[in-house]
Amino acid sequence: MNLQDVRIPIGDWVDAMVDWLTINLVWMFDGISDILGSLIDALETALQFPPALVTIAVLALIALFARNWKFSLFTALSFGLIVTMGQWEAAMSTLALVLVASILAVLLGVPLGIIAARNQAFSALLRPVLDFMQTMPSFVYLIPAIIFFGIGKVPGVVATIVFSMPPGARLTELGLRQVDAEVVEAGEAFGASPAKILTRVQIPLALPTIMAGINQVIMLALSMVVIAGIVGAGGLGAEVFRGVTRLNVGLGFEGGLSVVILAVFLDRVTGAFGSKASSRTSK
Amino acid sequence: MSLIQVRDIHKVFGRKADKAVEMLKEGQDRESVEAATGTTPAVIDASFDVERGEIFVVMGLSGSGKSTLVRCLNLIHRPTSGQVVIDGIDIGTLSPAELRALRSEKISMVFQHFGLFPHRTVLDNAMWGLEVRQVPMNERRTRALEALRLVGLDGWEDSYPGELSGGMQQRVGLARALATDADILLMDEAFSALDPLIRSEMQEQLVNLQQELQKTIVFITHDLNEAMYLGDRIAMMKDGRIVQIGTAEEILQDPANDYVEAFVQDVDRSRVLTASAVMEEPIATILRREGPKAALKHMRERQITALFVVDPNRRLIGAALDDDVIAAVRSGSGKLDDILHYDVLTVSPDTPLVDLLIPAAESRLPLAVVEDGRLVGVIPRVTLLAALGGSHRDAMEDQNAAVATATPSTGVE
Repeated sequence: MNLQDVRIPIGDWVDAMVDWLTINLVWMFDGISDILGSLIDALETALQFPPALVTIAVLALIALFARNWKFSLFTALSFGLIVTMGQWEAAMSTLALVLVASILAVLLGVPLGIIAARNQAFSALLRPVLDFMQTMPSFVYLIPAIIFFGIGKVPGVVATIVFSMPPGARLTELGLRQVDAEVVEAGEAFGASPAKILTRVQIPLALPTIMAGINQVIMLALSMVVIAGIVGAGGLGAEVFRGVTRLNVGLGFEGGLSVVILAVFLDRVTGAFGSKASSRTSK
Repeated sequence: MSLIQVRDIHKVFGRKADKAVEMLKEGQDRESVEAATGTTPAVIDASFDVERGEIFVVMGLSGSGKSTLVRCLNLIHRPTSGQVVIDGIDIGTLSPAELRALRSEKISMVFQHFGLFPHRTVLDNAMWGLEVRQVPMNERRTRALEALRLVGLDGWEDSYPGELSGGMQQRVGLARALATDADILLMDEAFSALDPLIRSEMQEQLVNLQQELQKTIVFITHDLNEAMYLGDRIAMMKDGRIVQIGTAEEILQDPANDYVEAFVQDVDRSRVLTASAVMEEPIATILRREGPKAALKHMRERQITALFVVDPNRRLIGAALDDDVIAAVRSGSGKLDDILHYDVLTVSPDTPLVDLLIPAAESRLPLAVVEDGRLVGVIPRVTLLAALGGSHRDAMEDQNAAVATATPSTGVE
């Protein structure tokens, strides 16, 4: 028998499963869709509704608080550039998607990491799942997302959450495991409950690593949200995609540059919070 | 009743721990159990009592199971079998909440690498035990500040542990343990990570604190000198088993086996042993009223050249030397008083041997060991030298029997 003649229909099985899910869990997907949709709309409005200068001022203030006046100035100028390139609305739409997706990915990923750090079996189970989620080409998530949630922003955010969550869980687990065992024992030896040790000792000490994970989540989310522009999530991704389909290098570059500016801003801000968290514990 | 009672505890790490304990109880040795079950027996059949107010030292090399043993006392490690009874309560039967209460009220712990919370200030670290117990904020602060004052860290409460030296960090660890006012203090290699100088400073501080506070301390160490300096009693551990429990002197003088003997060889005996451990029965004594003739007779019979003169209550009055005695007999004096030397060097029973060397070198007589004015023993130079050289009690006794009469005189020219 020739091995090439054997056909294991994994694709068919996945199709069947997706069909079954769409038919039987339609209520759930509709619910998620409604909630996510309104979250995204609310945030998008909040970012797009005020005059661009006001939003820029707020972002510059965040930059000042997180780092210093140089970064604040850079933020004001670079976001000003986005406005002048005519990409402001798209950029704010992308920022809203990134924030919603990252917040949800962190809310899912960090607790998974906490459980994994405390439970060896769960950790062993979670690791290959996370590997799978991270290595599967990101486009693939878009297909079932569209089937479950239709075209638009919601499938984009769902695919983004799946793609960007792993580092949040992974680095949370790592950070918690790296906390000095003797320090945890010291918590225990004085009669602290496991919850108290987690919140007062382990998480504060793991915070720099957890923040590095959150930074990764946001960066992955940004890259995925741009890809999601293809399936109608809008924002900068849609601009870049339009540039590609029309072979319009200028438009593509303007969209791409805006993505870079967003990325630098998000990376530096979250990175700064991470190093603030570590300055205390590394002493 | 002893404050801490440990009964036959075994602690085995690994999946087949129960099976391993069974085999150990049947008398199989550690290696074969390890090989057969793939487990790691860390503590094997440990039993001991710790009395209230005592410093009990568990001494052993790394891997001897001492740190595991101390963690069994507050159930950070749950013994695979056996009982730990604290203040009459078998702590293995406590619910998780009761166990936490026990840890926050009765037992506190000091760690080798301090186990401080780097993200909290010194004061917040010291308050941890009270915070866990939900003591009101005001009281928390007062008690933590008091504990910091006790260890000599007043003024540092707003610093972070990372800003302090190792010795000071461990003082924070000690203050954290003292702040909860627990009766029992578990100290796991508490001073091992410190520089030698700081370490002996901390040891002295602990001894001083202990005089004031009278805690019950279980102290883990791999340093025999530390064990002997701090410990009221010492448990020697090897390969998970306790091989001997006794006072420093008992262990030095009468090691239970070759392992302990080899171990104690390098100990600085002069600092551990005290006068009472090496002193001998005072044989060369005479009552004051007996007179010079009797003294001469004693000296001749025992072939010695000097006598300690005592009253009927064995109070030491002075010493009589042979030439003076002969002169007194010739002159027909009936009293010893005229020829007595009153400048006899005396030492108290708890003087360490190191402090006996200079008096012994300067004195013509054996050193007189005096307690409350009474002569309780003598230390001839040869005894002192033998003790420092490490001969055991047995050997010394053989030796003493052989030269019983000669020995006391060696102190006299």
